[in-house]
Amino acid sequence: MTEYLYYLLPWEFGLSWLVFCVGGLWLYYRGLVRRRARGIAPGVWRPLAFTVGMVGIYAVSQTHYDYLAQYMFFTHRIQHLVMHHAAPFLIALSVPWPVLASGLPEWRVPAGVSKPAMALLRGLYRVLQNPVLAPVLFVGLIYFWLIPSVHFDAMLSRWLYDVMNWSMVIDGILFWWLMLDPVTTKGGLARLGFGARLVILWLVMVPQIALGAYIALSDRVLFDVYAVCGRAWPLAPLTDQQIGGLVTWIPAAMMSVLGILVLIGYWLAGRGDDRAPAAGLTTTEGA
Amino acid sequence: MTDSRSRLRRVLLWLIPVVLLLTACGEPEWRTKDISNLMPSLAFELTSETGEAVTAERYRGQVVLMFFGFTHCPDICPVTLGRLKAVLGQLDDDAEDVTVLFVTVDPKRDDLKALRQYTSAFGEEFVGLRGDRQALDTLTKRYRVTYGYGEPDASGNYSVSHSSAVFAFDRQGDARLLIRDSDPMEAVVADVRRLVQ
Repeated sequence: MTEYLYYLLPWEFGLSWLVFCVGGLWLYYRGLVRRRARGIAPGVWRPLAFTVGMVGIYAVSQTHYDYLAQYMFFTHRIQHLVMHHAAPFLIALSVPWPVLASGLPEWRVPAGVSKPAMALLRGLYRVLQNPVLAPVLFVGLIYFWLIPSVHFDAMLSRWLYDVMNWSMVIDGILFWWLMLDPVTTKGGLARLGFGARLVILWLVMVPQIALGAYIALSDRVLFDVYAVCGRAWPLAPLTDQQIGGLVTWIPAAMMSVLGILVLIGYWLAGRGDDRAPAAGLTTTEGA
Repeated sequence: MTDSRSRLRRVLLWLIPVVLLLTACGEPEWRTKDISNLMPSLAFELTSETGEAVTAERYRGQVVLMFFGFTHCPDICPVTLGRLKAVLGQLDDDAEDVTVLFVTVDPKRDDLKALRQYTSAFGEEFVGLRGDRQALDTLTKRYRVTYGYGEPDASGNYSVSHSSAVFAFDRQGDARLLIRDSDPMEAVVADVRRLVQ
């Protein structure tokens, strides 16, 4: 029993991960209780998706799994699959923002601070969510951290490792929210249309397949940091790399397919414009 | 159009001196991997092969080359230590200021006697260190290296996965270089000599 507990404890304690995961879940459930009292809480599936996503990020960053992710290539690729694809996908699918906002404590931030801060964040958000930049960033970050020399440094340095993983989580949530936002217009303002999103989802799939295939089919070791730092267990370096390449290739590309299926589902349900919600689907959400 | 183009040209003109300045100011490149800004300074609490408790303080003033291995190691360890022995041979008098620390990741099989016998085969600059699981894990975690054990065969022998790198620290104990087994010999000699001087 204590042995299992040991594996659930962080390999390297990181305050930022704890604050993000526990703080996020706390805000969400606080908001959920308040919304339920007002009869505008979402049903079961959205809270479940949000919870699984947040627990997933916590599991790959703040349990003993992080040890495996540091000392084996394919387990590292699975960690990034969760951080950049699976967990952010679920979080975006759950549309958590109104619930999180309801959970916020009523602190008064002076307008002199909040106004410029919000303006800065809004500007940054608009740049990052640009329909050309967002997919480039999504694929570019995967490629960037897999440049062998960059990958080497990131695995050697504690703070670079954290920067790498945070870039995955933040970019993952931004990208999948851009893709899975259930409405295409909000308050009369146009958001990215479903058609453009389908194109983007297909476009990001191709370079991911190319990279994964390149790694999986390479006949020499591309990432020597795992030999330099030692492996979690004595697994042949090329086998490790081949499995890692497959993880980068197949499930990552499958996430695009899942995203396309979700969009088609939205489309068939007649969603998109928030001024004309389809019957049956949005009744439990509120505004 | 012309306005944005002239602005671009102005930016580019500014960039040239900045890039020149950056490259001119930098020290000459190290030929092995520079880890000055990536890894923490040397710190550990272990037992030396003579049985005395030692910490990193003990080796301040010396250039330290640290390697993680085990004495039953069939290939990487003897090759790496052999290479370091050859490096020290080429350093002549400078070798006196270098200590090679061989930290065993297999303390179960590597007792102090085994360590003494093993390191003495390479020279007096080579010192074997061992520690309990906790002390060892603290050190390996600090340098983001790990080790693992394979399944024992019929005669009880098992393989051990470990780091293949040599970590180099300067006289102040600051982490400076990571030497890979693929680094050419003359690069290692040049860099270690530069650390000593």
